[in-house]
Amino acid sequence: MSKIGVVTFPGSLDDGDAARAARISGAEVVRLWHADPDLHGVDAVVLPGGFSYGDYLRCGAIARFAPVMETIADAARGGMPVLGICNGFQILCEAHLLPGALTRNQHLHFRNRDQWLRVENSSTAWTNHFTEGQEILIPVKNGEGCYVADRRTLDELEAGGQIVARYIRGNPNGSSRDIAAIRNEAGNVLGIMPHPEHAVEALTGPSLDGLGFFSSVLKHLADAKAAA
Amino acid sequence: MNDITIDSVKNAEATPDELQPYLELGLKDDEYQRIRQILGRRPTQSELAMYSIMWSEHCSYKSSKVHLRQFGEKAPPSDRMLAGIGENAGVIQINEKIAVTFKVESHNHPSFVEPYQGAATGVGGIVRDILAMGARPILVMDSLRFGAADHPDTQRVLPGVVAGVGGYGNCLGLPNVGGEVFFDECYQGNPLVNALSLGVLPVDGLQRKEADGPGNIVVLMGAKTGRDGIGGVSVLASATFDDESQQRRPSVQVGDPFMEKLLIESCLELYAAKLIVGVQDLGGAGLTCALTETAASAGTGMDIQLEKVHLREASMEPHEILASESQERMLFIVEPGKLDAVLGIAQLWGVIATPIGVVTDTGRVRITFHGETVVDVPPGSLADDGPVYARPLREPADLILLQADRAETLPRPHHDFQLKDTLLKLAASPNLCDRSWVTEQYDRYVLGNTVLAQPEDSGIVRLDEETGLGVALSLDCNSRFARLDPYEGAKLALAEAYRNVAVTGAEPVAVTDCLNFGSPEDPSVMWQFAEAVRGIADGCQELGIPVTGGNVSFYNQTGAVAIHPTPVVGVLGVLENTAQRIPMGFSHTGDVLVLLGETSLELSGSEWAWVAHQHLGGRPPKVDFAREQAIASFMQRAAETGLVRSAHDLSDGGLGQTLVESVLRKGMGATVTLPVDIEPFVSLFSESAGRVLIAVPVGHRQAFESLLAEHELPATILGQVDDEGADLTVIGHGEAGRFTVTQRELRDAFSGTLPRIFGANEPGAATAPAVESVTLIETVAVAETLTGEQVVEVTETVVVETLEPSAEDAEERRTEG
Repeated sequence: MSKIGVVTFPGSLDDGDAARAARISGAEVVRLWHADPDLHGVDAVVLPGGFSYGDYLRCGAIARFAPVMETIADAARGGMPVLGICNGFQILCEAHLLPGALTRNQHLHFRNRDQWLRVENSSTAWTNHFTEGQEILIPVKNGEGCYVADRRTLDELEAGGQIVARYIRGNPNGSSRDIAAIRNEAGNVLGIMPHPEHAVEALTGPSLDGLGFFSSVLKHLADAKAAA
Repeated sequence: MNDITIDSVKNAEATPDELQPYLELGLKDDEYQRIRQILGRRPTQSELAMYSIMWSEHCSYKSSKVHLRQFGEKAPPSDRMLAGIGENAGVIQINEKIAVTFKVESHNHPSFVEPYQGAATGVGGIVRDILAMGARPILVMDSLRFGAADHPDTQRVLPGVVAGVGGYGNCLGLPNVGGEVFFDECYQGNPLVNALSLGVLPVDGLQRKEADGPGNIVVLMGAKTGRDGIGGVSVLASATFDDESQQRRPSVQVGDPFMEKLLIESCLELYAAKLIVGVQDLGGAGLTCALTETAASAGTGMDIQLEKVHLREASMEPHEILASESQERMLFIVEPGKLDAVLGIAQLWGVIATPIGVVTDTGRVRITFHGETVVDVPPGSLADDGPVYARPLREPADLILLQADRAETLPRPHHDFQLKDTLLKLAASPNLCDRSWVTEQYDRYVLGNTVLAQPEDSGIVRLDEETGLGVALSLDCNSRFARLDPYEGAKLALAEAYRNVAVTGAEPVAVTDCLNFGSPEDPSVMWQFAEAVRGIADGCQELGIPVTGGNVSFYNQTGAVAIHPTPVVGVLGVLENTAQRIPMGFSHTGDVLVLLGETSLELSGSEWAWVAHQHLGGRPPKVDFAREQAIASFMQRAAETGLVRSAHDLSDGGLGQTLVESVLRKGMGATVTLPVDIEPFVSLFSESAGRVLIAVPVGHRQAFESLLAEHELPATILGQVDDEGADLTVIGHGEAGRFTVTQRELRDAFSGTLPRIFGANEPGAATAPAVESVTLIETVAVAETLTGEQVVEVTETVVVETLEPSAEDAEERRTEG
């Protein structure tokens, strides 16, 4: 069984939910601690949502320096699948594993809403179970989810197929080019502002669309093992 | 030490005649004399500060105590209640393993002075109460009341309060699953912020506050102590506002939700490892309250070395340290052998924990500051033996006239086009319109167990993933009803909260309340209070569910004008399987719409009377608790058997508003035929209690009817659910022939109001100026205790050339495409 690690930083809030989603998808879940650089043999890592260190500085700016992040950054450069959700996305940007930055929502309010997205790229470790153009419903909840980057970077993201999901039927935070999720060039690192882990059970979520991200990575890992 | 002379016990004995500012601290002449009597000398400055806080209205319940006793005396026997009134929060057993603890508390005055921090620390405070019982907090709710929606000051207060409730709760990782927002000019200078939290604990994991065991160590954990909030309870919560209230800003505490999150995790580890003897949170009255209450409840004493308390400002004097209401602090009683383990857990989470003294068997709390004794008091005299007043009560002089001025005699429309107009006008009114502008600022998903949240009738949260066991909660009060008749109004608040829990299929089991009133020194306010308490106590007795705890907030008035009596009632329900919960929205075409209960001509205190006529008078609707119980029992059976697909209670705005909300929830249309024996206007807008609109799947009619008969519930078939996107059609009789409202019309009316008043909550609305070039310089704060490293220095500089606002991007993509 593939092992998915879920990191807990001080102030992580959706870590238990990411763990639940991975478990429902059939993964073995390993909880990782910010101060422990050891990844305990996991095959993929989720950086969960929350307010690491209170996010009193820029979101993710302190978490990026946690001991576990150095190991994760190395592993990510080596091809390990890494998913950053919300605060995790912010940490990935601060760690320069993904380009750009997430800034205050343009309307300056925290916004919690069930949000429609369009999957733009299914060639990543985390989205191969979706079809391109597929519309999915995932909750969004953040105060600083407005993705920004310089124009050249945005153009490069577009040209390289690195925009993985866009907001449709309304942009909840003013994000540039309606970006909800991006990937790195290699496709193993994904940052997403909405919360797939909150769309995994009919009882508690608006859809089951979030499961696709976790089943994608399990397929990716299984394929990699089969190839090896 | 600095050169400020500390007023020690020795000094107090030597200078018995020194004049003391007890009046300024809110103590009356006779109260001051009693303190001198207890101590056998004049109090020191620190002792005076402690007595003034502990004997304040907020801490001592001195005006309310004689009335609140009814909650215990009239309480029906409940084998579920593990802890009740007098504890930090009541504890209710859910099954043989799990218990929950819940309470609602006010933070009204601070939220007027500084809306964001006032509301934020209100959430923080109630969460620590829950934590102190040994529970993991798993949700919050908020009941908010503001002045007129379009008043300029509401523009200041509401956005700040909402951002504060959200900012704290979101950062703490607690889903906000419900509450209220209500506007009335009586709250203009006195908004109400009542916050509720619920936590879950193992039945054998209940924590005690007793400082037992002489020789045990007293440990203070959490944030450093600063000058914030000094005199918060005695100054802010126990006196009426005047023009100087703006100067009281330093009395409002400042919240740090990240610290509270760390505190929660540390506490839960301490509880799980059974490392502590006792625990108390530091809230209003700070260290003073925590020290004296823990010692008093155990009948022990304490020796405290005050200089050991970690301070934010080194120059703080003893009385300031004792009175500080700095947030995010907990007090523990620890056996000496377990101290290292306790400090180790605190260190793991990066929280400061400091031994500040020991438990003694002296029966006195002695506090020294750098070797000088500044406090030497019997703790019970502060915690338990404060003054108790049976204040004079007098029915308000205007009540007879007010009750005679009935809304039922106001001119009311009859024609169908007028009814349609009224329906839309009410749906758009500030008190009935869509609350999304507020609730979208709250995280309702975190922790992954939220089954129902606002705008549903109750918040429902799952406790057990395997069995689906969960709890339902609702907070309610119609203060206009309470103004017209506080006894009946309080009963109506209880009935509404009970019904809101019941319609989801949950079994209501317990009650918490937050009693918001004007000055207790005004006999007519005191009468309103006494009546409201009697109403809740009688109602609970009839319903057979206990009040487990709550909070009293007096002095909610500006000048001589008190707010409407506002007894906010929270009802807790249990749902064996949350998968069977019944939501509010119409969802299936063809479902039969049935109205449970009976409609009478009851328009006094209604939203229609206010919106159409700015009228408040008459007597509120009647309450029939037997009917409410029958509805609850019916709904539980219906949920178990799947006989009811959706259910929504009828309250403010009557049937008309219930239809609007049920249609818009999932966008399904409906056709309704109003009963011929009732005037169509009354059918639509009367606010009679004990009514629920349910949607019944077509195949189940027979089973449904026998269940109805079994519960002797009157029911009227009104119509059916129509297709997605279809209109709402209402068929009347006589002059009210029929009218049709499109969903577009409904949505525009319902959803437009708050964004229009408080600003559209959309990205394009407050468009950020196009930024050509921004330089972001990376800096990292020193986070020694958190990252385990020393100073982290970052020299890297990132230059982001152009930040593009989305509007421009959208434009750009269009031209590209």
